[in-house]
Amino acid sequence: MTDSLAAAFVIGVAFGWTLERAGLGNAPKLARQFYLTDLTVFKVMFSALVTAMLGAFWLGRLGVIDLSTVYFPETFIVPQLLGGLIFGLGFVVCGLCPGTSCVSAATGRGDGVAAVAGIFMGIVIAGLAAPGLEPFFSSTARDVFTLPDVFSLPYGVVVLAVVVLALSGFAIAERLEVRA
Amino acid sequence: MTWKAPRPYANPYVAGVCLGLVLLGAYAVAGRGLGASGGFAAAGAGRWNDWVFVELAGVVAGGLMSSILARRWQLTIDRGAGVSSSARLFSAAGGGFAMGVGAVFARGCTSGQALTGGALLSVGSWLFIAGAFGSAYAFAWPVRKFWR
Repeated sequence: MTDSLAAAFVIGVAFGWTLERAGLGNAPKLARQFYLTDLTVFKVMFSALVTAMLGAFWLGRLGVIDLSTVYFPETFIVPQLLGGLIFGLGFVVCGLCPGTSCVSAATGRGDGVAAVAGIFMGIVIAGLAAPGLEPFFSSTARDVFTLPDVFSLPYGVVVLAVVVLALSGFAIAERLEVRA
Repeated sequence: MTWKAPRPYANPYVAGVCLGLVLLGAYAVAGRGLGASGGFAAAGAGRWNDWVFVELAGVVAGGLMSSILARRWQLTIDRGAGVSSSARLFSAAGGGFAMGVGAVFARGCTSGQALTGGALLSVGSWLFIAGAFGSAYAFAWPVRKFWR
């Protein structure tokens, strides 16, 4: 229990440290992602996603980690799509997300503190409304449902497709930044 | 003592690979990925020994240490050049509120869904990524004054 919380804190320190180093504690920098003049958010997110995806795939295949013991987020199609749409509106207005707002606040930024307060209020108020909305929140449930399941393709093929997609995205991102 | 300029930010691909290794370490050591909105929810419920809350406290500590060492810690309000401080505080809080609601609907945010579930190829996480980025781009033009 205490060991697991110590690990949580250490993992969090590394997470916050990397976000700050990448410049993701700076809201105007993040927001430039959505005006296509600075694609740091996309580059950091997708190189992180690809690294963790390849690591999980290969370490799982080599038997170093047992992926069946890793918690997989469950899929709820409509609530997660709608949640994403609401989240995206907040993201472009605020310029920070819940993780980066904590970094922004920790680095002395008042807008980061305001964002943290707003996110907290949104989560608490939506959480209070949650019992009434429970039928909706639990609708279109698919349990653990992955892209290989959707496309009926082997895990490795989807991993390769995501890598190709990310590399193409990086190439486009570099061109957009040169133009901007 | 001479004033030294803040250090430049890290290369985004290098920072991204490091972040990916942190996420991979979390899968391997803790059997779960990263989170942020879950920590806010735990704080709201007074669950101070919640795993994600403790991890989020680590995020604050890590961001603080990194910014001090890189000479980037500063009491300021980051905003568009033509935006007043008070307008920026309102937009940050208002946008934050919408993200909080969205994260409750989606059962996670950019950390717990997009990164953690995205790397595990969860369908719901990819729908969240598509919804969040699609919506942010759709609203970017109407809210462009917030960043000028």
